[in-house]
Amino acid sequence: MTLLALEGIEARHGLLPAVRGVSLDVAEGEVLALVGANGAGKTTLLRMIAGAHRPSAGRVRFGGADITSVRAHDRVRMGIALVPEGRRLFPSLTVEENLHVAARPGRWTVDTVLDAFPLLRPLRNRRAANLSGGEQQATAIGRALMTNPRLLLLDEVSLGLAPVAVESVYRSLETLIAEGVTMLLVEQDLTRATSVARRVVCMLEGRLVLEGTGQELTREQIMDAYFGLHRARRAT
Amino acid sequence: MTWVNAVVQGVLLGGYYALLACGLALMFGVMRIINLAHGDIAVLGAYLITVVLDHWNVNAFIALVPVLPVMLIAGYGLQRTMLDRALRSGVLVPLLATFGLSIVIQNLLLEKFSPDVRSLGGNAGGLVTASWQISNQLSISALGALILGVAVAILGGLQLFLSRTQAGRRMRATAQDPDTAELVGIDSRGVYARATAIAVATACIAGLFLAMRSTFDPFSGPTQLIFAFEAVVIGGFGSLWGTLVGGIVLGVAQTIGAQIDPQYSVLAGHLVFLAVLASPHGGIFRVRPAT
Repeated sequence: MTLLALEGIEARHGLLPAVRGVSLDVAEGEVLALVGANGAGKTTLLRMIAGAHRPSAGRVRFGGADITSVRAHDRVRMGIALVPEGRRLFPSLTVEENLHVAARPGRWTVDTVLDAFPLLRPLRNRRAANLSGGEQQATAIGRALMTNPRLLLLDEVSLGLAPVAVESVYRSLETLIAEGVTMLLVEQDLTRATSVARRVVCMLEGRLVLEGTGQELTREQIMDAYFGLHRARRAT
Repeated sequence: MTWVNAVVQGVLLGGYYALLACGLALMFGVMRIINLAHGDIAVLGAYLITVVLDHWNVNAFIALVPVLPVMLIAGYGLQRTMLDRALRSGVLVPLLATFGLSIVIQNLLLEKFSPDVRSLGGNAGGLVTASWQISNQLSISALGALILGVAVAILGGLQLFLSRTQAGRRMRATAQDPDTAELVGIDSRGVYARATAIAVATACIAGLFLAMRSTFDPFSGPTQLIFAFEAVVIGGFGSLWGTLVGGIVLGVAQTIGAQIDPQYSVLAGHLVFLAVLASPHGGIFRVRPAT
């Protein structure tokens, strides 16, 4: 069953079009990786789904309902949670308070989140500003889980993290996937993206240029789409 | 002993300034709005209490009871209708909007209540004249002590609300990053409206005490705003306990100035304010701005 459906989405930053005519379906329980170069429109697309960025054209459907004009905080109530790029924790709130502010009834509570991210347990009373990058990322994911989402949007969760921290973040993501959370993740690291997600979608200059399962697509195909090489080749 | 008296009276006066300033500090802390109509809102509250007293012959504190909810709703509406729009248009617009609101309130009060000087001192029973005589030269007025107590209770209550309750945590989160707050399910505009409602209600309580301890007229607001603003700046913008300390520092500076020469009272307060502004630290309890 389709959980999220994008229909002809256009989004711009001022006069600059960032997303151009994107249509995409995400099924319930699916894990989808969104790849593409910097400036391809991935973050804008994710923020648009979360309600933080208004599309200039197109429709967003979630669980069958048209949510195009629903505000971000109401979308959270409907079950969409975004882990924003750069973590964006509330710096002077403690780890526990950062989790608490997002709380909605469901299976994820402060305790279950701390079980999923054991590294946070000793840090629960520390201010978010004083955490390492990996600890902040774990808190940011935990905070999104506290809203008990049906759809989890993850924007570059491994950006700026030490390899060991990336490893632990992805281990916890795999636990979530095993539980059947629907996930749409933006990831620069192709190997990581294809290892976690069954389906990969590649964006280039605001458009979807390639779509397929991790097995179907070769690394070369993805790379071509990623940098727009196929167009360059066609031209020569 | 006269100096001890000056300090004691200054602390009591500072309680009033802190009470007046806490709404200003709250609105700045949560929304980064400097509400230039804050003093006028306090005076408006005092006038609404006189309206109640014109109809019923009750104690001024009883008259506050029906006025307070009216002011809470007015604050909520003010944010929803005017300040939300102003906030969307940039940093300067809320400042201009509240400046305009200040002029509107003053002139509406003038229109409705005439420029006569009023006081609620006569409606507060024996409280206004009651005092405890500590020694020959030192007495503590009951009203001053009550105002200080109310200021501490309101600031303490607000602090507890912000640190212990879910609504308070959400208010702090929104103050630090309203966009991300929306992304974790917080209705930031609703939070703003609640913060303004609280700020307007505390201004109304300060207005009641202003009217009891001295006199007021439709144009009393701006002077009160300056004192509140100075208390907030001395205490470091956006920190509630800092506001209490800032109010007390301002009050003590004024009474010590008055002890030197009655003409120096207000001037001494301004000098302390300027000294704090010029100091590299800038405020006693300066909180680091959220990044």
